Amino acid sequence: MFLDDETGGVGVKDTRLIAAVLAGKTISSLSRIMGLGAGSTYPGRIMRKIDPQVLAKLANTFVQGSVMVSGTNGKTTTSNMIAHILQKNNRSLTHNKSGANLITGLTTSLLPSCNLLAELQSEIGLFEVDEATAPLASSEIKPEFMLVTNFFRDQLDRYGELDYTASLIRRSLPNVRGSVLLNADDPLVANLGKDAKGKVVYYGIEDESLPLTDIVQAADVKYCVNCGELYDYRTIFYGHLGKYSCPNCGNTRPKPEIYASNLQFKNITKTAFTVITPQGKLEMTINLPGLYNVYNALGAIGCCLMLGLSLAEIKAGLESFLPAFGRMEQISFTDNQALLILVKNPTGFNEVLRTMLIDQQAKNLLICINDNYADGEDISWLWDVDFEGLLLGKNEINFVFTSGLRAGDMALRLKYAGLPQEKIILEENLKKALENTMLKLPAGENLYILSSYTAMLEMREIIQKKGYLKKYWEE
Amino acid sequence: MKLKIAHLYPDLMSIYGDRGNILALKQRALWRSIDVEIDEISMGDKANFVQYDLVFFGGGQDKEQKLVCHDLQQGKGAALKEAVEEGLSLLAICGGYQLMGEYYKTGTGDTLPGNGLFTIRTEPGQKRMIGNVVLEVGREQKQLVGFENHSGKTYLSGQTRPLGKIVHGYGNNGEDEGEGAVYKNAYGTYLHGPILPKNAWFTDMLLAGALEKKYSGITLAELDDFIEKKAHTSALMIAQKKSRR
Repeated sequence: MFLDDETGGVGVKDTRLIAAVLAGKTISSLSRIMGLGAGSTYPGRIMRKIDPQVLAKLANTFVQGSVMVSGTNGKTTTSNMIAHILQKNNRSLTHNKSGANLITGLTTSLLPSCNLLAELQSEIGLFEVDEATAPLASSEIKPEFMLVTNFFRDQLDRYGELDYTASLIRRSLPNVRGSVLLNADDPLVANLGKDAKGKVVYYGIEDESLPLTDIVQAADVKYCVNCGELYDYRTIFYGHLGKYSCPNCGNTRPKPEIYASNLQFKNITKTAFTVITPQGKLEMTINLPGLYNVYNALGAIGCCLMLGLSLAEIKAGLESFLPAFGRMEQISFTDNQALLILVKNPTGFNEVLRTMLIDQQAKNLLICINDNYADGEDISWLWDVDFEGLLLGKNEINFVFTSGLRAGDMALRLKYAGLPQEKIILEENLKKALENTMLKLPAGENLYILSSYTAMLEMREIIQKKGYLKKYWEE
Repeated sequence: MKLKIAHLYPDLMSIYGDRGNILALKQRALWRSIDVEIDEISMGDKANFVQYDLVFFGGGQDKEQKLVCHDLQQGKGAALKEAVEEGLSLLAICGGYQLMGEYYKTGTGDTLPGNGLFTIRTEPGQKRMIGNVVLEVGREQKQLVGFENHSGKTYLSGQTRPLGKIVHGYGNNGEDEGEGAVYKNAYGTYLHGPILPKNAWFTDMLLAGALEKKYSGITLAELDDFIEKKAHTSALMIAQKKSRR
């Protein structure tokens, strides 16, 4: 470092930091021009080699500080919601929107908002962070706010057990400068409140009129996180999210400060609800289906309130939000409509099946399951999805095509759930499966394509090559 | 004909799709017009194991294992061991398998005593053994496919024999090529997947063994296993492909 004589001030130039940013920008544009992959992570790796403190140094200069979003389900949708609300209200932000949520991806995401002197041009940092990366990322970013969505069994084969995942977030909390926003309805998340050093704000759902679900055998948290006694659940919203209390040690769901009530699931793409916050009440209609998206919306609303936005600003932003590609995408084929939906764990899959019940027609399905690293290599979770209760018991089923690397496992799951074998058609090749599905699909009927992550990417490309995919869902 | 199954601690020990194993046993019996009755046995329940044909015990996390271990020590563990000595069929997966041994030492230093049904000891391991598994069972080298995820390393001794020999994956300890354990009609294994739906031959062997005690000389009718075989074969090929990487 040296004194900045040119400006005559006391500003100091950090040459190492500038070198890191310049290198990052160069690699980034090279990889774009040359069409190389890994453009969302590789520049960050090089930047960190040049200046290991690059993320820490830059993240500490956001005028409004940073928001970190972590947890198992909903972190991408929630942070996309926050980003959309902020942009709609002309707040400038840095956001790892490509979903690259490991440390190199977070570092790379700083580049677009940095000038050549390594000065940030945006006021807020918004980082979706993978649970395993949270301790390191939080120690560098020192976020102003942190949101923890939920802990579900997801890709356990990568991280081992659920308690371990929670401990990763617990280790991150002391790095948060300001408030922590926690889901009150998830016992594992709510229990983190006692480890936060700043203010804790809880959010949740208060709607006793919702159709209750029984705690399913696959529920991830049934026993008190404190003492191991069986929780007494007064209400279960989904998975293990609900109103719980421990009859032994008294561990109880904290009363949420921000909550949703009067939930109305209008149709497969719209949900309405009332939000109550310390700042007032808000009537909201979002362009997304299902209870899980109400949780995502609550997390986003909470973060935006902490960032100082008004309820009106939040409403304008959130109501114009459209889902990210592939999570829920509408496709118009010549004679049919299809919905392409991402499925990645039992709870998410159950919610998708539950949402499909809004459509009362006989169902035509194409389920594509891969077991690549990004999908989670252990596909045994398919057996924890409640196909018996949510698919076979409640719908008329015309047919189910199963496809992808694990088409056989998926077909087997449906057979043992009791779907007649003649309704199950197994075709590992995704392109052939789609073509055969379209041949079998009666004109005018809807098709549901449910896919694991990498199968969804492939399927999307196949559909795009056939010229059907609308692009307006993309950013 | 009727098959009586005891499902141990389904509320605590049911991870990675273990319920698929119960589904496989139930459906493959029902498809052959064999009646099935399943009793769920959990914390504090009394159980008379002699009245069952088959006991299933799934996997769970350390925290749940601790609770279950304590409950088993209140008499159920010893009763189960005795019933297995008398010929009861049993399948125990992963966490359940570990508790059917002499002890399981966890990664955090606790020692959970087992009922010693298998003469196995499980020591804490440094790394998690995760991935697809293929093993060969018996002289005919029949294959089992599944997915393992454990850090405990299990070592066999005495009259307990390994269930099979590892072709891909780690197995009991990642050292001696052994996977699982067999003692009389009791089977233990680290395989999730779940193991039974995709390995129909093994499920049928368990069913036949369990029924044999009550109805000697039975043969199970053939089923249309097209999908089962397809899932088995693709799991096999994926395990081969991934192990070459």
